Amino acid sequence: MPGSVVVTVVVALAIATRAEPVGSLSEIREAGLDRDDLLTAYRNMVLTRGIEERGHILYRQGKIPGSFYTGRGNEGSSVGVATAMGPDDVGTPLHRDMGVHVVRGVEPWRIFAQYMGRSDGPTRGKDGNVHMADSRLGLLAMVSHLPAMLPVGVGCALAFRIREERRVAVAWFGEGAAARGDTHEGMNFAGVRRLPVVFICDNNQWAYSTPTHLGYATEHVADRAQAYGFDGVVVDGTDVLAVYRETKRAIEKARAGGGPTLVECVTLRMEGHAVHDDAFYVPKPMFEAWAKSDPIERFRTWLRDNAEMTDQEEEEIGAGVKKVLNDALKRAEESPLPDPETVTEGVFATPEDLDTPHHK
Amino acid sequence: MPELTYLQAISDGLRTEMRRDKRVFLIGEDVGVYGGAFKVSLGFQEEFGAWRVIDAPLSETAIVAGCTGAAIMGMRPVAEMQFADFISCAWDHLVTVAAKQRYRAGTPVPIVVRLPSGGGFSGGPFHSQNPESSFAHIPGLKCVCPATPEDAKGLLISAIVDPNPVLYFEHKHLYRRIKGEVPEERYTVPIGKARTHREGDDVTVVTWGAMVHTADEAAQQLDADGVSVEIVDLRSVMPWDKLAVLESVRKTSKVLVLHEDTRTGGFGAEIAATIAEEAFEDLDAPLKRIAAPDTPVPFSPPLEKAFIPQIDDVVAGLRELAEY
Repeated sequence: MPGSVVVTVVVALAIATRAEPVGSLSEIREAGLDRDDLLTAYRNMVLTRGIEERGHILYRQGKIPGSFYTGRGNEGSSVGVATAMGPDDVGTPLHRDMGVHVVRGVEPWRIFAQYMGRSDGPTRGKDGNVHMADSRLGLLAMVSHLPAMLPVGVGCALAFRIREERRVAVAWFGEGAAARGDTHEGMNFAGVRRLPVVFICDNNQWAYSTPTHLGYATEHVADRAQAYGFDGVVVDGTDVLAVYRETKRAIEKARAGGGPTLVECVTLRMEGHAVHDDAFYVPKPMFEAWAKSDPIERFRTWLRDNAEMTDQEEEEIGAGVKKVLNDALKRAEESPLPDPETVTEGVFATPEDLDTPHHK
Repeated sequence: MPELTYLQAISDGLRTEMRRDKRVFLIGEDVGVYGGAFKVSLGFQEEFGAWRVIDAPLSETAIVAGCTGAAIMGMRPVAEMQFADFISCAWDHLVTVAAKQRYRAGTPVPIVVRLPSGGGFSGGPFHSQNPESSFAHIPGLKCVCPATPEDAKGLLISAIVDPNPVLYFEHKHLYRRIKGEVPEERYTVPIGKARTHREGDDVTVVTWGAMVHTADEAAQQLDADGVSVEIVDLRSVMPWDKLAVLESVRKTSKVLVLHEDTRTGGFGAEIAATIAEEAFEDLDAPLKRIAAPDTPVPFSPPLEKAFIPQIDDVVAGLRELAEY
């Protein structure tokens, strides 16, 4: 019939497994975290949010050039994954993953210096935002082209495989970047060669203003894993402990020669894409639901209910973080702006640059 | 000294470095069992094993990105693009990641990407290009274009040792056509240093890659006319040996810039501009450029012949300059 439209409803069937929440202290202990580790993870989440909240203030004060991005709502995912990594493992965290830098031990004052384009930032003013990483902490600095660092992470795993080292690479991407060819090429190669890499999809449900149903047609991003010959798992990214447990399992499997896993953390973006974006396109009920799923509040409640976190412990963590942030801001503001003469420095590496633990 | 073809010299250089340094590995499409589309790595997998001579899926992005990650983890990867043309599929990883990592993040990326380039055998638009100027324009990448077997070996070893991403343009039309003496032992040819291919007094030709041989044949014809031609083989286009070029220009006062890549925005334009800026008063004639026209590389032999600068074109250009 002319003008009629035939609509075929395709029922997408999930293939990936869905991870259950972590119930008890004994369960998480079995997965590798004792009570002190849990309090450290909580502190790292609070510190992560604190860094980004202070960054936001600096931005509004006009002290941060360019734009400013945060991972508010993603602290459970970033801290959970990084807590599961071993000291010799490496990763390629992205712009919602400040928690990874915090867990790996980057000093907060250097992050503020980076935000403000000062010479003590990890990129010495050559790059901005969270486009930074300390390679000594096993992290590679992200680029804006997402997910370009995913196949680079696969390359790290390739080096480990060639040298037969028991190390694992963690490669991050978002559900938006899942649409790009780099994701496919990286995962396909990793699957073919069973490389020791774990793919983490921070699925915060919005790629700038694009919702998931305009980005991919399967129920989950992790459903794709089967097509590459490895496992996919979907985990609630606001549950730091479930993220930790699933990532830990995937990392240890990769370490043992079991090949890659795709872990999809379904998480939140409690703010716009960046400071300039008020996220008017996100339905109001979704924001309200997110506010109730705040990963930090969720973990705080869990710790009080399951690990007997006391008022005093909570206050100590809060006060400790506040002091770290105050000191860090002061020190960062004392860091000089880069000398304009350095603009042409460092385009090419010298042989001395290869004099690092990695390159020996 | 043994006489090797250009292709054998590339194999020799790669084998030499792989034997010396176990961090060096080769990855590419069909480089393992098959020995590479042009057989550069024939027999390598038997000698070095399947984890150092890696057959990759048809994934240029994964190949170059994989090399970048492995290099940051301390390896010395060598990637083979089956044809230089396919580097377009990995552009992002050279330009966005590898080229900028040192400047912004302080991380060196010591990778080599081998690029079988150039035309002359009806490869058509997708198997014949010379994309060196695109990459020479990107800060952080080095580009080398050897013309002789000796330089092919020495520059490949230098590229592998270099702490930066190096694009190694190996000209397919030279693979089996050009032979020369190549030292058996390991040696390096410095990146960024030109070579005087032929000494002369009247006209300078600045060129690289296969065009060195075209220029040489043209120069032989001009000898009969009593015109003495100097040929500066750049060997590297990034960094390029400005001093050697300016020195030769000052000596002859007439200069022809010749390349197989297309004309507009070709690397010859940069050389011409530099000569105009720094040696204008040494010139006795307007600088001349001979390059391919601004078209894709055509397939059919008469069209391709019209596209690639020929000996006769260079002879005519040199005569014009000599008579000016």
